[in-house]
Amino acid sequence: MAEPKIRVLLAKPGLDGHDRGVKVIARALRDAGMEVIYTGLRQTPEMIVNAAVQEDVQIVGLSILSGAHMTIFPRVAELMKERGLDDVLLFGGGIIPDDDIPKLKEKGVSEVFLPGASTEDIIQFIQANVKARE
Amino acid sequence: MNVLNEANNTIEEQQQQWEENTLQPTLKKLPESQKEFTTTSLKPIERLYTPRDLADTKFEDIGFPGQPPYTRGIHPTGYRAKVWTMRQFAGFGSAFDTNQRFKYLLEHGQTGLSTAFDLPTLMGYDSDHPMSEGEVGKCGVAIASRQDMEVLFDGIPLDQVTTSMTINCPASMIFAFFLAAAERRGIAWQTIGGTLQNDILKEYIAQKEWIYPPRPSMRLVTDTFKFCAEQMPKWNSISISGYHIREAGSTAAQELAFTLRDGIEYVEYGIRAGLDVDDFAPRLSFFFNAHNDFFEEIAKYRAARRIWHRVMTERFGAKNPRSWQMRFHAQTAGVSLTVQQPINNISRVAIQALAAVLGGAQSLHCDGYDEALALPTERAALIALRTQQIIAAETGVTNTVDPLGGSYFVEKLTNELEEEAWEYFRKIDALGGMVEAIDAGFPQKEIHESAYQYQRAVERGEKTIVGVNDYLMEGNELGEPNILQIDETVERLQSERLQKLRAERDNAAAQRAIDALQRGAEDASVNTMPLLIDCARADCTLGEMCDALRPIFGEYQEPSF
Repeated sequence: MAEPKIRVLLAKPGLDGHDRGVKVIARALRDAGMEVIYTGLRQTPEMIVNAAVQEDVQIVGLSILSGAHMTIFPRVAELMKERGLDDVLLFGGGIIPDDDIPKLKEKGVSEVFLPGASTEDIIQFIQANVKARE
Repeated sequence: MNVLNEANNTIEEQQQQWEENTLQPTLKKLPESQKEFTTTSLKPIERLYTPRDLADTKFEDIGFPGQPPYTRGIHPTGYRAKVWTMRQFAGFGSAFDTNQRFKYLLEHGQTGLSTAFDLPTLMGYDSDHPMSEGEVGKCGVAIASRQDMEVLFDGIPLDQVTTSMTINCPASMIFAFFLAAAERRGIAWQTIGGTLQNDILKEYIAQKEWIYPPRPSMRLVTDTFKFCAEQMPKWNSISISGYHIREAGSTAAQELAFTLRDGIEYVEYGIRAGLDVDDFAPRLSFFFNAHNDFFEEIAKYRAARRIWHRVMTERFGAKNPRSWQMRFHAQTAGVSLTVQQPINNISRVAIQALAAVLGGAQSLHCDGYDEALALPTERAALIALRTQQIIAAETGVTNTVDPLGGSYFVEKLTNELEEEAWEYFRKIDALGGMVEAIDAGFPQKEIHESAYQYQRAVERGEKTIVGVNDYLMEGNELGEPNILQIDETVERLQSERLQKLRAERDNAAAQRAIDALQRGAEDASVNTMPLLIDCARADCTLGEMCDALRPIFGEYQEPSF
């Protein structure tokens, strides 16, 4: 039997409309054999976590380039905990200063990818860290 | 008349001899490093260009500067009388913070202003709207009322310094704040020079900041065209922008084609709204990216001018030469800046800016070297301004007009990019126009495909980015820049200011202005601009003005492509 595809939710939270990166990553993850659901723009943390529950994903990836990551990323992490998504991996990417990365990791974001990260790095990160489903 | 034809035969013979006697032995000893050489846009480039590449080019297609078809520039003396306007894009935090930055830049020799708004403002939300949380003052300045606008330009002579405002879906509302603020200072509107970006089409295509669907949004744009044609002779009513299209991942040819086809769409809508082309076309301005690939960028600007002249004369029958002349602002490519070894970005910006100057830009912004990390610090913004001053004062490129005119390579690239643009125009015309092409997702899909192909080329190592996929360094030995931090108190103070405004204004007068705006919006023959100015005078907020039009115009939902 073929191994089930890894299910990934990619989301654009906040008001930021820069979707070049997230769309390139969506396509690269699909090309790597993953099932990718992309939320589209301007999702609230509540909408993102609802989608994660409904779509039964193993990974949530957030992309933000507006500087609002310190407000929005921790809120998504918090809501995921509230909804019992403990086995779902949360990662993020965008224009994020180095100093913010440890703070985000403390708050439940497992990895942060900066501009210049390759899609291959992201694929490897997901494959290495995704929690297997029974 | 072809100036080159006579010589072509002998050149062909000479080239054959050169290939046999000189080139082939060298290639045997020292093969070339790549099978195919391509631009940043992955466009193939030949080893050598000769007069034979211009065999079909008429001298008239190149011509003289200041004369049709303007390939060599719109001004007969280039930069010899006056260099481009040095217009650094700035905005962060509150109106007070940005006013200080504006004054700092003007003190250091900047010659025009350009305003960056925060995302709530760009999306038409008040700073205290729930969607604004975490975003206030982050990627630009928060402006939600006429009062904020007065603070933003406090002490700045608006009748002497030209001002650009990068605002699109709520462009009319922000323009109304600006005009109401100028009025209170006693500055006559007809004396004010500047630019409203006001380019909604590229929002659906690339930057993705919208409120209403395309058709009612186009009505707001044509209302500003009419208003400016009547009242603001020195104001550019729109800045038709390729910058964001390129940042979203397009090629240079796509940037050129989609931007100019957007321009055609605006002219068609203006004419359909009852304007004569020459009433508003002289105040259309353009905005292009200045990306890494030096010659491709220069060719792009030269092709743009030539295409626009032909469009305006042949497609629209414009009579006023000012309608034929494409004027453009350029900004270096934010997307090309790297987080890795960020100081290197100073070099990238300088080379990109040089391309814009060699392409004949009227106005230029250089990015701060730290902009892959955050908004620029004062230091980074100053270095960016100094970069422009160095190009203008030290390099000698301003001594002669269009220094690369006549280069076999640059002229050939200009011709090719022009042809690619016409090909896209044919496709978009066949879809029924740019609004229809946007409905069909055509430019969006083309851009996404190019972005993906470029990313693959980088990851395969076919395109090198210094510090990213080659010449890597551990840590940051070139120095870690300080990052501009936006204080969280900006959001609180801005919300308090707005709440105070709503409490202290004449609420009945504000409501009457909103009611009048709604009535006017329902009647397509009414110009919304004067009604919006009345709202601004009555201290209505940005969110109130934008919300008032939602039930009438509807809201845009992006289809998934």
